[in-house]
Amino acid sequence: MAESEQHSSAMPEITESQGKQWAVENDVFQIYRFFSSSSREDQDALLKLRRDNHIEYLNKGLRQLPASFCTLDANRPWLCYWIVHSLALLGESIDDADLEDNAIDFLSRCQDQNGGYGGGPGQLPHLATTYAAVNSLITIGGEKALSSINREKLYKFLLRMKVASGGFSMHDGGEVDVRACYTAISVASVLNIMDDDLVQDVGNFVLSCQTYEGGIAGEPGAEAHGGYSFCGLATLALINEVQRLDLPRFIDWLVFRQGVEGGFQGRTNKLVDGCYSFWQGGAFPLLQRLGSVVNEQLGIGTEEHTSISTEGVDSPDLSEDDPDHEGTSSQADKHFHPKGKGQTSDRSKVSLSDIGAEFLERNMDIPPLLQSAVLQDYILLCCQVPQGGLKDKPREHRDFYHTCYCLSGLSVCQHIWSKSLDSPPLPWAIRGPYSNLLEPIHPLYNVILDKYHEAHDFFSASEL
Amino acid sequence: MEEEWIPFRRRVEWSDVNPVPQDEGPNPIVPIAYKDEFVEVMDYFRAVYLADERSSRSLSLTAEAIRCNAGNYTVWHFRRLVLEALHLNLLHELDYLEHVAGDNPKNYQIWHHRRWVAGKIGADATVKELDFTRKVLSLDAKNYHAWSHRQWALQALGGWEGELDYCHHLLKKDVFNNSAWNQRYFVVTKSPFLGGLTAMRASEVCYTIEAIETNPENESPWRYLCGLYKDDTESWVTDPQVTSAIIKVLYMKANHVFALSTLLDLLCHGLKPNEALKRRTFHTNARGIEYTYDKFPFAKPTKYELPSPI
Ligand SMILES: [Zn+2]
Repeated sequence: MAESEQHSSAMPEITESQGKQWAVENDVFQIYRFFSSSSREDQDALLKLRRDNHIEYLNKGLRQLPASFCTLDANRPWLCYWIVHSLALLGESIDDADLEDNAIDFLSRCQDQNGGYGGGPGQLPHLATTYAAVNSLITIGGEKALSSINREKLYKFLLRMKVASGGFSMHDGGEVDVRACYTAISVASVLNIMDDDLVQDVGNFVLSCQTYEGGIAGEPGAEAHGGYSFCGLATLALINEVQRLDLPRFIDWLVFRQGVEGGFQGRTNKLVDGCYSFWQGGAFPLLQRLGSVVNEQLGIGTEEHTSISTEGVDSPDLSEDDPDHEGTSSQADKHFHPKGKGQTSDRSKVSLSDIGAEFLERNMDIPPLLQSAVLQDYILLCCQVPQGGLKDKPREHRDFYHTCYCLSGLSVCQHIWSKSLDSPPLPWAIRGPYSNLLEPIHPLYNVILDKYHEAHDFFSASEL
Repeated sequence: MEEEWIPFRRRVEWSDVNPVPQDEGPNPIVPIAYKDEFVEVMDYFRAVYLADERSSRSLSLTAEAIRCNAGNYTVWHFRRLVLEALHLNLLHELDYLEHVAGDNPKNYQIWHHRRWVAGKIGADATVKELDFTRKVLSLDAKNYHAWSHRQWALQALGGWEGELDYCHHLLKKDVFNNSAWNQRYFVVTKSPFLGGLTAMRASEVCYTIEAIETNPENESPWRYLCGLYKDDTESWVTDPQVTSAIIKVLYMKANHVFALSTLLDLLCHGLKPNEALKRRTFHTNARGIEYTYDKFPFAKPTKYELPSPI
């Protein structure tokens, strides 16, 4: 007895966390060793995005799902979004016009007569499926899809879901958390139906969820978590209150979530998972555009931050003066980059309905704080199923959710060094063949950028 | 033993109900190849839901619908309406939930429903909720829903007395369990019996530094340590225990990333490094701090003076 105790104190037992972590590292490193021992041509082949197979897997799902999907019967707008958005990232629109009409028709049947979308026809409206349905319709695009959304009633639904704490309830009598805040605010913003009543105290709720670690939890007291952190950060950005978050602490937590596997974990000491390529990785393009806020919080002057070094990194040398955007970007500059103390009051003048568009025009003062190349490697080498679809990690199975968020994260990585989302990245920013390039997204909503612009034009033409 | 399932249309007690099929249109997208049983249960569910029939047969029907898909929040919502109308003993509902949760420990709806039920029962549910979450956490010590529920139960129902010991128990089992560290922070800051963060700081710092020194590669206690000084930057920067822990770790490994990152944070907040610290860090290994700068490039501008290597 005494001896075994002595033994165990000399050789500390491996804990469950360590055991699981080492098993995953082992799987991942095996893949990387095989990769690095391969010839140049084989490496290119291994890094290739299996575009056609992913498209086939996605198209099949759009047309038919097996009985095992009964457990997702209250998530059908989500299934639609995961698939349609993945296809759009791959540059595929729904090829056949009938299918597009069918999608619009089906989602209309999920729309509640009093506003909002449920998980299927006849189900209670729910904020998360409303977000999924709205993003799906924006991704499908066109007059018919966009005008099928009843914005007046959707606005009333959002307002009904508002609770006293400032947060939102997922559905009538549902759970109140940061996901609910994000899905409500994202939808309100992109549909141009945001107002002070909706925004009231949302920031307070999100702030109460920032933990001692720096990340954001689902509700006050809970553990910092990648999904909620993205939702919280994006929510605050969308309501123009991100300066209230402790950003240095947030960034400190976030950068450490990218592990030796190349991918991201969702929480401290948890395992890597491909879907966090977006939930964690997607926070970086937001942070890139928040340089002035970060510097303000750190007490660093606005002049100095321009000298932040990206030495040793060949960032793409793109023309500052993109003629297409000259007008808007100089306007945006006036808005977002006033020198000195007038900044805070200027920022508060930004109209809530313009934030999504103006956010894109902001200067990117902070270089990407993630390791973009190794994250791409993790997604391409460890998450791809050769037959189509992407997954959480080696030994797991593919699904539409992970396909959507692995691809979203991959798109973020590919475009993160570009000075403007409208210009194609230089070859060095893309791991594998250049044909791996995906469409860029709007980082606040996670819809394809072109589709965002179309929707923005459509909905800004009509105030409620 | 599973009894043979009898279709609703062959059950006498349902003969008065007309099932309502799902209106998904002629060519739905993401169509699911439902099994016959699923279709029938849901058709009858829609019938009672639309008729708003809050009866005991509706209650048992919701249980069948939940068995088909525990993620259907509309069914759960309706079940709550029925439970309220029938004034049943809700303790049975907790037993039912324990049964359902077995297969679905990560299902939002089940946990949300459980919170509603336990909230209705009140203080009588305290022990049950703490025992139940303990059971779930014994199978998966990082289950996010279980932890959220437990925190809710502590705040709404009470039962704080044993919570710090419980955290210690879990950390002894797996000191890398960040959820247990987070719960520890929750208890230390929120328990009505412990006097709050300031009263607990001294003993917590000792506990945490011991965990760091035993296992410097464990990020959780490093973050926890910093959290213990939240809103008290002055103590964070001046507490010699913190810097001496860092020095100890750097002595073992000069480019230890958590130690350097913590040091950088202290410097950013105004730490004036003493001789020992200077010698340990910048003299022996400048690469470590460069690495940290790679991760925090915006921290590089001159808020503080880098001490020159000795
Ligand atoms: Zn995942």
